[in-house]
Amino acid sequence: MLRMDDVSKTYRAELVQTHALRNFSLDIEEGDFVAVTGPSGSGKTTFLNIAGLLESFDTGLYQLDGVDVSGLKDQELSKLRNEKIGFIFQSFNLIPDLNVFDNVDVPLRYRGFSGGERRQRIEGALERVGLAGRPKHLPSQLSGGQQQRVGVARALAGEPRFLLADEPTGNLDSQMAEGVLELLEEINGQGTTIIMVTHDPDLAAHARRQVHLKDGAILNGDGA
Amino acid sequence: MKVFNWLARSADLFRYNLALAIRNIRRNPVLSALMVAAIGIGIGACMSMVTVNYRFSADPIPQKSDVLHYIRLDSWGADQSWQGNDIPPPQLTYLDATALISADRAFRQAAMSGSSLAVEPEGQDETPFFIDVRATMADFFTLFDVPFVYGSGWSAEADDTSEQVVVLSAGTNDRIFGGQDSVGETLTLSGRVYRVVGVLDEWQPSIRFYDMASGGGPASEVEDAFVPWSLIVANDLPRRGNTNCWKPIEGDGLKALLASECIWIQFWTEFRNEAEREDYVSFLDAYVADQKELGRFPRPLDNRATPLMELQQEIGNVPTEAQVLLGLSVIFLAVCLLNTLGLLLAKFLGKANEIGIRRALGASRRTLFQQYLVEAGVIGAIGGLLGLGLTWLGLKGIAAQFNDDLSAFLAMDWNMAIAALVLAIAATLITSIYPTWRACNVQPAAHLSAN
Repeated sequence: MLRMDDVSKTYRAELVQTHALRNFSLDIEEGDFVAVTGPSGSGKTTFLNIAGLLESFDTGLYQLDGVDVSGLKDQELSKLRNEKIGFIFQSFNLIPDLNVFDNVDVPLRYRGFSGGERRQRIEGALERVGLAGRPKHLPSQLSGGQQQRVGVARALAGEPRFLLADEPTGNLDSQMAEGVLELLEEINGQGTTIIMVTHDPDLAAHARRQVHLKDGAILNGDGA
Repeated sequence: MKVFNWLARSADLFRYNLALAIRNIRRNPVLSALMVAAIGIGIGACMSMVTVNYRFSADPIPQKSDVLHYIRLDSWGADQSWQGNDIPPPQLTYLDATALISADRAFRQAAMSGSSLAVEPEGQDETPFFIDVRATMADFFTLFDVPFVYGSGWSAEADDTSEQVVVLSAGTNDRIFGGQDSVGETLTLSGRVYRVVGVLDEWQPSIRFYDMASGGGPASEVEDAFVPWSLIVANDLPRRGNTNCWKPIEGDGLKALLASECIWIQFWTEFRNEAEREDYVSFLDAYVADQKELGRFPRPLDNRATPLMELQQEIGNVPTEAQVLLGLSVIFLAVCLLNTLGLLLAKFLGKANEIGIRRALGASRRTLFQQYLVEAGVIGAIGGLLGLGLTWLGLKGIAAQFNDDLSAFLAMDWNMAIAALVLAIAATLITSIYPTWRACNVQPAAHLSAN
């Protein structure tokens, strides 16, 4: 499903080079729930950005659902990202001007679905996260937990193969975090592959598999 | 089917982008208003001056301008050229005009001069009033495609026999005959009875191009009435328009004027092709050569049959001030657009977080580029509408500054309105390319994680 072989990424400033990922290799199977953990600066975010096709890498091989992503043009990468990947962000990253319905609608618009299909998918996704009654609410009118549920609905509406979650409960209190986590487990239980980046060991414990990063490399050797 | 699907998806995305654009504009009313104002003022200034230049230089009779030719002979004095340049005088002497009429060598020809006559109403209580008259020939009406609502022009025989006939403008017919069909009616003009043979339909060429005595430039309206040119002599009609002489008239009265070297008659011809024009110029040269033997035409041979538009360019109907102001207005528009560029840059870069989100959700750079171009286009369109209003005000202001009669001449038409909108949208789109490109190249990862 997701395979990285010897992927390296270096950030170059004028005088300093930072090796964000060093010969990073990881293989994730369909339906897996993987937690990527590590301290700040360990390369978690860089991994997530590369996995989400938001950043390029310097060397190595990255195959997403059997597609070698190196050399793909922006248009192709965007299409792949839109169809295969759903993002869940720590700070929700909802568009503040759009209501719940329209926020969930954003990735579906780029997918080119018809109006009827979009509506069906949006309503289904909101139903799934328990927000079917609030399509007209603006993000600012929702609690943090509800906003994150909208984020999950937005990620799920396009029925992606992967969910990439970046500290999904980082901005939530424990009760709300628990609810979101249960939702992720439920989604994973229905077959969606989830990769969750977190520095919270308790959260990571919910995953089926943990990958610990340090200095841009896998520390526990569980990349296979 | 594939093409249809693609078109349907593109239309759907365009509608989505349009809705987003309107939403974004309403979300930032102050910034949006500043951009719209900058574009509107720039377009208003620029289009006002473009309209002035366009109106002055437009083809007044596009369907015939290439076959209409204005005749000039250099009959001026030996010591000086006409107004010190290499252009022959703009009018003919009576001697030459009558010679050209008699020769009858053009496909169509019309000599003409301005005049003014007093209309003497039949009712004793009504006050006589003066009307502008053009004394011309039968061909005038076919030469210039003059439209008639009643009757027609007079015949060539009427020219030859100095028949007292008149063609009225629509306005004059309204005033004297209440707009009724007045063909066959008579009216008294400066003490003589004239028979109406035709009434013009509404005819208002953009400039009174045929009247070289007034420079062929913009004028209030076409004349109130038209009478046979031969009546100038037969009835000793008063002359209206420029008369220029390079040597004193020997004697007094009309007879002396007719025999003089003074120029006061305009002469238009129609040629069906270039060969006819060349033949005519050869005829003119031969005529002038004969006249030289009689001691006239002391200057070098310079006879011209100039096509209408060439003549318009030669006499430079567009005032220099209008040309300078056009240049300045274009610079002003560029400054306004630079301001808009800065505002767009600020606006679009302020959207970096949203751009990052949309990129993560599957929008390509191209998709976002289109989205922000649509927004810029909407701003440009609103600015264009404002610019249209300001152009209208600007033209009113310019007309008021110079001459109220210019109001109709400087009125906007659909061409100019569409041009203003297209210019506004195109200029804004071009201006927005850099801000849009910058916005679409923000690193999504940086904005997503920073948030």
